[in-house]
Amino acid sequence: MTGPDGQPALELDCRGLPCPRPVIELGRHLGEVAVGEVLAVVAEDPAARADVPAWARMRGQEYLGEDAAPDGVARYQVRRLA
Amino acid sequence: MSTHTAGDRSAPPTLLDAAAGRPLHPAAREVLDAALARGWADPRALHGPGRDARLLLDNAREVVAECLGVRRDEVWFVPPADAVVRGFLGLAEARAARGARDLVVAPVEHAQVRHAAAWWTARRGGDVREAPVDRDGRVDPAALAALAAAPEVAAAALQLANHEIATTQPVADVHLPEGVDLFVDASASLGLLDLPSGPGWSAAAGCAKSWGGPAWVGLMLVRHGARWSNPLPGEPGPADAGGGLPDVAGALAAAAALRATLAERDAVDERRRRLVDRLRTTAAALPDVDLVGDPVDRLPHLLTFSCLYLPGDALVRELDREGFAVASGSACTASTLEPSHVLAAVGALTHGNVRVSLAPDVTEDEVERFCGVLPRVVDRLRAEVGL
Repeated sequence: MTGPDGQPALELDCRGLPCPRPVIELGRHLGEVAVGEVLAVVAEDPAARADVPAWARMRGQEYLGEDAAPDGVARYQVRRLA
Repeated sequence: MSTHTAGDRSAPPTLLDAAAGRPLHPAAREVLDAALARGWADPRALHGPGRDARLLLDNAREVVAECLGVRRDEVWFVPPADAVVRGFLGLAEARAARGARDLVVAPVEHAQVRHAAAWWTARRGGDVREAPVDRDGRVDPAALAALAAAPEVAAAALQLANHEIATTQPVADVHLPEGVDLFVDASASLGLLDLPSGPGWSAAAGCAKSWGGPAWVGLMLVRHGARWSNPLPGEPGPADAGGGLPDVAGALAAAAALRATLAERDAVDERRRRLVDRLRTTAAALPDVDLVGDPVDRLPHLLTFSCLYLPGDALVRELDREGFAVASGSACTASTLEPSHVLAAVGALTHGNVRVSLAPDVTEDEVERFCGVLPRVVDRLRAEVGL
């Protein structure tokens, strides 16, 4: 399944990780994608649905939306703006 | 005021979670003891002890009515959860005969209101319609009224102020279409904020906890002439809403606490507003903190913020170790492991959440000490995360 803007440059597998680990992983790995590229996080943690967009807002990145990984787990995508 | 040393488990922590529970107001304590001694009988009984209890209960209703600017026959003492469920759904039930089966609520309503709405609409085959809120959690009254204009809508609910993020709602500005009545959930705010005096709302609920009364005493207000029909098993009118023996002593204690709280309110809340502003400035100065709720039009005693990358449970534990009792809306602190629906509804960060709420007797020194400790705790936990 592709994201809203094609495949992300980097996808983080945070299945099974509790809140707030998926957002921590986003923070840790943002620097690994270039400005303009998309970073995705796959997470079962229900808080990620609210917290990935909130993280993007607070850190000045662009939240693109949610789709599903092939196994049905939610995947959240963020474009690096800065 | 006691001083507190970090790690000293013998000293009670400084209560910064007054919204969740606090010691009884001294006025309530005094009345409770006396009322238990005198008002133990069933106030419906015709004998002497029954008449005594009846007198006390009527007195409690009179005091509460006077405090809130409503009529005595609009005041009912019922358990707090019942006040919400029956108060709200009673308005809906009264409109069910014309086929109305949907309810309008705000997404930031207390879980009790949301559960009640889901339960009632599911039984009727209807839907819950959610009015949108802005980033502060405030409903647009016109949008709420527009949603309520659909013929399927039986009733609407709007809180007076939010229990988690303190934002007040423009209850007085809600003008619902004919045939749809407004329920106001004031469970987190009665005694702190006034209910609008106009005819705009038809039923309301309060919990004595919010004004220093017994936490088990709730208040259901059903306006004179409002169409209200008991939605749960029991007699049709509100008189029997709580079922069983009325809690005379609890009602009297709640009434005494309300009267005392309102008498002290201006001074106490002016101070708490100032101290919350001080807390807000401290939280805002921390890096990567999301401040939630309206900074001005809010409950006087409550502040919520979320710290990026930090688990809410670790924050609560670390602050407790430092001698401060705070609450959190983060998923890891909830029995459901779901994040606060209020924080999610306003687009706020749900992890690393801290809710601070000040008791009326909070001291300047307690708040200052917290403002000194908070940055250290956040720094320490952030260092562990490495971000």
